[in-house]
Amino acid sequence: MIITSRRLILGATPALIAAPALAQPRWPVRPVQLLCPWAAGGGTDAVVRIIANLLEKELGQPFNVINRTGGSGVVGHAAIAQAAPDGYTLGMITAEICMLHWQGLTELTFRNYTPLALMNNDPPGIQVNVNAPYRDVGQLAEAIRTSRPGQLKSSGTGQGGIWHLALAGWLMAMRLPANHVRWVPSNGAAPAMQDLAAGGLDFTTNSVVEARAMLDANRARALAVMSNERLGAFPNIPTLKEAMNIDYATGAWRGIAGPLNIPAEARTTMNAALGRVFRSAEYSEFMNNRGFGMSYADADGFARHLAAADASLGDAMKAAGLARS
Amino acid sequence: MEPFLEGLRLVLATDVLIAILASAVYGLVVGSLPGLSATMATALLVPVTFWLSPIAAIATIITASAMAIFSGDIPGALLRIPGTPASAAYTDEAYALTRKGQAELALGAGLWFSAIGGIVGTISLMLLAPALAEIALSFSTYEYFWLALLGLMCATLVARSSPIKAIASMLLGLLIACIGMENPAGTPRFTFGIPDLLGGIEPIPALVGVFAVSEVMRAMAEAEPPKLPRRRFGSILANQWFLTKKYQFQMWRGNFVGIIIGVLPGAGADMAAWVSYAMAKKFSKEPEKFGTGHPEGLVEAGASNNASLASGWVPSLLFGIPGDTITAIAIGVLYMKGLNPGPTLFTERASSMYALYIIFILANIIMIPLGIMMIRAASTVLRAPRSAVMPVILLLCAVGSFATGNNLFAVLLVALFGVLGFVMEKNGYPVAALVLGIVMGSMLEQNFVTSLIKSDGDVLPFFERPVSSFLAALTFSALLWPLLAWIWMRLSRRRSPA
Repeated sequence: MIITSRRLILGATPALIAAPALAQPRWPVRPVQLLCPWAAGGGTDAVVRIIANLLEKELGQPFNVINRTGGSGVVGHAAIAQAAPDGYTLGMITAEICMLHWQGLTELTFRNYTPLALMNNDPPGIQVNVNAPYRDVGQLAEAIRTSRPGQLKSSGTGQGGIWHLALAGWLMAMRLPANHVRWVPSNGAAPAMQDLAAGGLDFTTNSVVEARAMLDANRARALAVMSNERLGAFPNIPTLKEAMNIDYATGAWRGIAGPLNIPAEARTTMNAALGRVFRSAEYSEFMNNRGFGMSYADADGFARHLAAADASLGDAMKAAGLARS
Repeated sequence: MEPFLEGLRLVLATDVLIAILASAVYGLVVGSLPGLSATMATALLVPVTFWLSPIAAIATIITASAMAIFSGDIPGALLRIPGTPASAAYTDEAYALTRKGQAELALGAGLWFSAIGGIVGTISLMLLAPALAEIALSFSTYEYFWLALLGLMCATLVARSSPIKAIASMLLGLLIACIGMENPAGTPRFTFGIPDLLGGIEPIPALVGVFAVSEVMRAMAEAEPPKLPRRRFGSILANQWFLTKKYQFQMWRGNFVGIIIGVLPGAGADMAAWVSYAMAKKFSKEPEKFGTGHPEGLVEAGASNNASLASGWVPSLLFGIPGDTITAIAIGVLYMKGLNPGPTLFTERASSMYALYIIFILANIIMIPLGIMMIRAASTVLRAPRSAVMPVILLLCAVGSFATGNNLFAVLLVALFGVLGFVMEKNGYPVAALVLGIVMGSMLEQNFVTSLIKSDGDVLPFFERPVSSFLAALTFSALLWPLLAWIWMRLSRRRSPA
């Protein structure tokens, strides 16, 4: 006896249509590798690990973080670009991918990747010693304008690093030569903030997050942040636009990407899943606790961001004499 | 008293105690594997801390790192494979004791004086944190330059070979430290277009290569030494009490130096162990015994090493400045768990602070029984036939160096440094001095160049700041002392026959 009801037919038809798609192996059917070009325990590592945890919940397959370090990030970035394009090896790319090729250190550019989502952006701040005479960023800018070239000293990272370019970009936005303030290369933001507190520097341009402990300890003051909006965690710090009417924003950003030509299904699934990860309560709680800047762009938005960042970082590097022409 | 009791209550929660015990065992095991460092052990714990309560999360980091640093000494003493650049200072000494059949004395000293150093360091953290933090903040690049120079001079003091060969090894280390683009100019040097060399040579693969791989090669080239007499391991702790009384002064000096150096971010445990070992030898009544299996240097350097670990937390907790890679990871976890570093952590969150202190002390106390178990288990390696042990060491070296960056290049580096270490030791060049050069080279260059940039090329600030002038005087007197002593001897000898 066969019972045929309208409801059964209506219910079965979409299932029949969907059947061919279901029969195909859906992505992901096995664990996915997420490559991290920086060492375990660092900031990039922390962000990629929380994303991996949340992706695992979203997509039901393990996402394994693998640190591929070496060569100032070149090795790991190359490993992502050169991975088999089956969608099972993805990774986190960082601002360095738009800097290293200008210095002639690698052939790789952002065009070697399938961008999936921008997940984080930490804008630089402008920090001075707590006893410095500058009450706001306008006074510091005035002091810079009237100083001899190279008289004032700033730091925050190594020569040609992202915060060095932030300084160069800010000076250029003020119509000053990019090397008007002398850059003191440091081994990261922490030693620079220490030297600022010890009185060895005039200001630093590392991210506000990296300055947070010194700001809390009342050893340093933040005068401005180089972003379009004020930071959620630091609502009292004005943007450059508000304080000086200068339209300059940059940052150390991180996003998920894969090699070129990954399957369309992996691309669309990841695009949607990363959006859900970004909006999840766990992600925002983690990022806010660590002080990491929440900034999101979907696959297309990330692609536009990469092109814009590559051009603006390239300009800053050329102006500061850091690019290999 | 109120916050202290509250802190005690926080630590005595079941989840915290379980976390301490589990991470202690984890740290001991990971740390004892050659090539896997304490930093690695700590970094792998971070994803686990996502799901732990704040105090339990910090407890795992503190406990695992303390355990891993101690157990890094185990392969150093038994197989001559130092776990960290810090233990490279005294690896040869500990191994010499093992060769004399006194492995339990070497390892017991490592355990006992590590624990004491850790507890003394914690007490200094409790009592003096704000004062110690001021020391850290008075150090600018000028002072760090002198400090790095002093550290390099330990190379000649520590080595048993001729000072000229020690200096040659150290200079080779400095040359290796020049590789890569992590230099003040940000320009690639000696990279030959190989992307893997851009990041420079990490100390860990170099360390594993020159000590462990070269040891395997030597074992293959030489006949098997007579078996160590098979006997029961004596009581591990019994001898330590005797050593504590005999070398009490050295122990306190080690603790003191460790606390002061540890508080300086970036100098940390590596420098503390080298300086203390060199000091122990310099001021010893029997310096000729150093390097032949003499516990005096182990006492001082072991105590200094762990004291510096505890005091290294001072700049991290007060200003968020990491003292080393381990505290850099710990700072991330502190933020993640809402225990933001800063002076308010000591005032508004005093109970959490006391909980941290209690965890430090607890970790150093349970280190003793767990460490004894670990030493007994590990020492079976000494009874195994050499033909079985050596291949396993080689395998562990390859796996360990691969694990740090999942990069095959590190394995290649280990092999190359193994060959280099083998050739150097055959010709009497101390490999420890090479490692010191690699570790200190970038610090020396970085601080020298940035100091000159800050002073617009003026060398006067190297001498006119109060602390820098003191360190400069110390450096020059150490540098010129052998010369003056030699001239004095010559003069007095010429005068005496007359």
